[in-house]
Amino acid sequence: MIVTTEKLTKRYGDRAVVDEVSLSVRRGEVYGFLGPNGAGKTTTIRMLLGLVQPTSGSAQVLGEAPGTPRALLKVGSLIEGPGFYPYLSGRDNLRVHAHRRGVGRTHVEAALEQVDLVSAAGEKFRRYSLGMKQRLGVAAALLGRPELLILDEPTNGLDPAGMADMRDLVRALAAQGQTVLLSSHLLGEVEEICDRVGVISQGRLVAESTVEQLRGDTVLLIRADPIEKAHVLIEGSAMHGDVLHVRETDAGALVRTLVRADVDVREVRPLRRTLEEVFFEMTGAA
Amino acid sequence: MGSVKAELLRLWKWPATWVLIGVWLVMTLTFGYVFNYLALNGGTNTRDLSQQQLISAMQPENVGAAVVRGLPMFGGAIILVLAALAVGSGYGWGTWKTTLTAGPRRVSAMAGTLGALGIIVVVLVALTFVVDLGAAVVVATVEGWDWSLPGFDAVEALGASLLIAAMWTGFGVFLGVVTKGPALSVGLGLMWAIVTENLLRGVGSLLGPVESLTKVLPGGSAGNLAGAVGGSGAPGVLNDLSGTTAALFLVGYVVVFVGAATLLKVRRDLV
Ligand SMILES: Nc1ncnc2c1ncn2[C@@H]1O[C@H](COP(=O)(O)OP(=O)(O)OP(=O)(O)O)[C@@H](O)[C@H]1O
Ligand SMILES: [Mg+2]
Repeated sequence: MIVTTEKLTKRYGDRAVVDEVSLSVRRGEVYGFLGPNGAGKTTTIRMLLGLVQPTSGSAQVLGEAPGTPRALLKVGSLIEGPGFYPYLSGRDNLRVHAHRRGVGRTHVEAALEQVDLVSAAGEKFRRYSLGMKQRLGVAAALLGRPELLILDEPTNGLDPAGMADMRDLVRALAAQGQTVLLSSHLLGEVEEICDRVGVISQGRLVAESTVEQLRGDTVLLIRADPIEKAHVLIEGSAMHGDVLHVRETDAGALVRTLVRADVDVREVRPLRRTLEEVFFEMTGAA
Repeated sequence: MGSVKAELLRLWKWPATWVLIGVWLVMTLTFGYVFNYLALNGGTNTRDLSQQQLISAMQPENVGAAVVRGLPMFGGAIILVLAALAVGSGYGWGTWKTTLTAGPRRVSAMAGTLGALGIIVVVLVALTFVVDLGAAVVVATVEGWDWSLPGFDAVEALGASLLIAAMWTGFGVFLGVVTKGPALSVGLGLMWAIVTENLLRGVGSLLGPVESLTKVLPGGSAGNLAGAVGGSGAPGVLNDLSGTTAALFLVGYVVVFVGAATLLKVRRDLV
């Protein structure tokens, strides 16, 4: 286990912003930490990095207590937007960070290359576009080849092309075995690049599983004539207007049953709930 | 130490560092030499210094006193601004977050900031000395005075200068950490260094207890140390305490400011 938390809780006043969250991130996976605005994602991540002390509960990062040098040196992070000196160039900012992480200059160049920022490395951070700033943040997180990469909404503020670039970068890192904990409120993003997801809503972890599991079993949609006869024939089917829904994966067997009973089958297709529907169901949002 | 290197790199390349140091050097030259020189050569405003005092103030051998007398108030204010900005801006820029998640312990990160600021302040005092000495030599040569280089008492004055500078640095760092931002820390710091203590001194002439208090406040202690090592003729320089007493108070302030700032930095959540 790369990250485990045990009933991790942070209260501000009497409001639990993070409420008994127990999650786990495994080695080599891309873990999506999903939740609407204000759900407590950033606060949880801050606790994993020792920036914020939990009110109760505990966390372990790579077997260490969060915020200790042993933990921090093995973690690269980008939390709620990049924090750099505006008057320094991208490269100088990374050099400053490299001194703190105790890594040499070659790492700086390598990280710049990884995020495709070499040509703009000499420009002042202040003049960077939002996308470049974000990429520099990822470059800083990558310095010193950390075992765990924590990215808090890395696509925040990026245009679609920038988002796609960021996803490609995370996918490329994941392909090299990099463990990534990535928070997001964008379902598509998580669906596309994450192996497992933890869904947080109002401070509580409401689900933790693979994307597939979260979507639930495949439901088949059947359009047939006469539909009532099909409904009787197929056990466990449910009428939804003029179509049937049934939890079943063997479509072939279903169709054979219906055809043998002289039912005309007009359409059979899997009805997959999108992660979006699942998400809204779980988080109780509109 | 990586943390010191990191902080030194970013402070060294920070335009504000050099703007503030530059402003200070121009101020010290203008008030210490240019105006005095003009006054000496037929200016109408001779402040309340006699000709002999003006000559003595500009003598190369008294350059130590020239450095130290500027630091209790205006030089100190500039150093305080530098320290408060250096620490306070990190909250808005999000660089404290980057720093505290980089690896080193919070104490080390803070030590890095203090160490690098310390080096910058030593550079500031050294540059002040060099620039003042240059100006003094130029004036002495132009005027054709018999002059000699500063002696051992310059070392004492420079030591006092560094202690005063350290106190203002600590004050600025403390304010930056407490207020978590550059604006309020600089505002409060300037207010204190230039306005509040002077107002209190004004009140002190009416109220005895306040008067004793003003002598040992940060600016008061700095002024008294500057006065004790030969500084004179500049705002903020005082002669109410012995040098040792003033120095002890300054050391106390450095310890309290730096200690409190570090404790806060280590303990407090960073959000
Ligand atoms: N220092 C603080 N004091 C009081 N409340 C806080 C503090 N920090 C965060 N909160 C509250 O905690 C809640 C969760 O904040 P958090 O930043 O963790 O959410 P998030 O999931 O990261 O949201 P987003 O997607 O908008 O970034 C918010 O309602 C926020 O107002
Ligand atoms: Mg957030």
